[in-house]
Amino acid sequence: MRYAAQRLAQAIPAFFATTFLIYAMVFVLPGDPILALAGDKPVPEQVLAVMRARYHLDEPLLVQYGRYMLGVFQGDLGETFTGQPVSELLQDRWAVTAQLALTAWVFELVVGIGLGVLAGLRRGGAADTAVLAGTTFVIAVPVFVVGYTAQILLGLNLGLFPTAGTEEGWPVSYLLPGMVLGSFGLAYVARLTRTSLVENLRADYVRTATAKGLARRRVVGLHALRNSLIPVVTYLGVDFGNLMAGAVVTEGIFNLPGIGQQVFQSIQLQEGPVVVGVVTLLVMIFILANLAVDLLYGVLDPRIRRARA
Amino acid sequence: MLARDAWLELRGRVVFWFSAAVLLVAVAMAAFPGLFAHLGPNEACDLRMSKRGPAGGALFGYDLQGCDYWSQVVHGTRASIVVGVSVTVFAMLISILLGLVGGYYGGVADAVISRLTDVFFGIPFVLGATVVLVAFPDHGIWAMTLVLVLLGWTTMTRLMRGQVIAVKDMDFVAAARMLGASDRRLMMRHILPNSVAPVIVVAMLNVGNVIAGEATLDYLGVGLQYPDVSWGLQLNIAQTFFAEHPHLLVFPALFLTATVLSFLMLGDVVRDALDPRLR
Repeated sequence: MRYAAQRLAQAIPAFFATTFLIYAMVFVLPGDPILALAGDKPVPEQVLAVMRARYHLDEPLLVQYGRYMLGVFQGDLGETFTGQPVSELLQDRWAVTAQLALTAWVFELVVGIGLGVLAGLRRGGAADTAVLAGTTFVIAVPVFVVGYTAQILLGLNLGLFPTAGTEEGWPVSYLLPGMVLGSFGLAYVARLTRTSLVENLRADYVRTATAKGLARRRVVGLHALRNSLIPVVTYLGVDFGNLMAGAVVTEGIFNLPGIGQQVFQSIQLQEGPVVVGVVTLLVMIFILANLAVDLLYGVLDPRIRRARA
Repeated sequence: MLARDAWLELRGRVVFWFSAAVLLVAVAMAAFPGLFAHLGPNEACDLRMSKRGPAGGALFGYDLQGCDYWSQVVHGTRASIVVGVSVTVFAMLISILLGLVGGYYGGVADAVISRLTDVFFGIPFVLGATVVLVAFPDHGIWAMTLVLVLLGWTTMTRLMRGQVIAVKDMDFVAAARMLGASDRRLMMRHILPNSVAPVIVVAMLNVGNVIAGEATLDYLGVGLQYPDVSWGLQLNIAQTFFAEHPHLLVFPALFLTATVLSFLMLGDVVRDALDPRLR
């Protein structure tokens, strides 16, 4: 319990500092959003002043930030400079990105751990070599190259998956993008599982379990694998936030109307409120996922709980 | 001793020689593109040849502007190598410094550094970089480097700090302290050499990741801009035409992948060589 409280006490200031940093980056950097709104036309001084006051752009940054955060905790992400509530703009888009990230995440978890176990059990064997070579390759190829290649080969030429859009709903439309988005993490999960399993299979407690006469299945499944998955769980937890934030590229390739696409457009239009809204929520997800993992870590491995408390 | 053992181990690995050879070629291309390409960047382009596939005289075909694609791809090497290596070197220096100070002194310094690390660790890479880069539209290769360093020093700092904490309680450090060594001497002469190996390994892997990250930003259109030449920019242009003109996608992707892959494989074999437990 003390451990949980301590972690929470660290996470809260980190959350505010990170979101403030993003807020400052978006609103302090050059480029006046009100002027951007007007395009090339000159803007009268009075209009500028009124608009600045309306969006509180004339107050000190910290006050603006405080005002904004108060709103966020009441579910209000502010308005775009054209008057549309940001939360409304993002509502449908969140669902798309969440579905995409979840598909990718499940893919990572199931296939990644599966491959890792396959490789780890027969270290040095053919399966192990194949998994190691394959995962290094997947990590090295940039995600947009993987995306386009998969789209052309599996989507267009073989017709196995829809190539773009969300018309066929979840899961069909999200399978291919999910696999592309999850490919990087999958490679990491597989390698992590493998290394960790190889180390644990040599541990004394595994030898003891084998010596007691337990079946190999039971030794691996119950004893070795459970301990091996601790670092994997950490990675999977942290990676969910990465998947949500990293969906920009995948959404672009497969034309999925998610937050990634929205935020990318907004950055280029200097729509600060949308950018800050999305990034704030992403940071929140990221930090919560990290916190959940840390707590879970303590449950999985009592040594950590005791050592840190 | 460790370095010698590691070298003996490395010497026998095919993967090591293979990736070292690829990287040597890549570095040579980055430093002296004239040795490989017969044309300069964006030189002697002929719009009539736009997007033509590989044919006699043009090994890789032509790009959108009708420039010789082989020359363009060769010139693209420099951006990737310079950004990848310099970002990693700067990030590594920052992380060694912060990790040493935080891990060694503990207390307030450590708390401040750790929380600062948490804050920067929480910023999503692509979005964070995009926000900064869009605000400075005229950025060149060094602004890219700065942004990537800013977003990329956290992982190594955490690692270094952990290493320092583990090493500083060892007997040889206590012995040196009792002989009257100053804090600075303890850190530089005793703790640093014994804690930096994993950081160097991660740094090697990191070069590959930075190169991929830089290419991603170029690809999204917020990184380097024409008339700069980079693999990411070439892939950005290729995305519109690759269905009919796959050579536009294939060649820069091939170079990019080979470079990133070599850094990753190099990092992997060096780690194996330094860590006898995995043998």
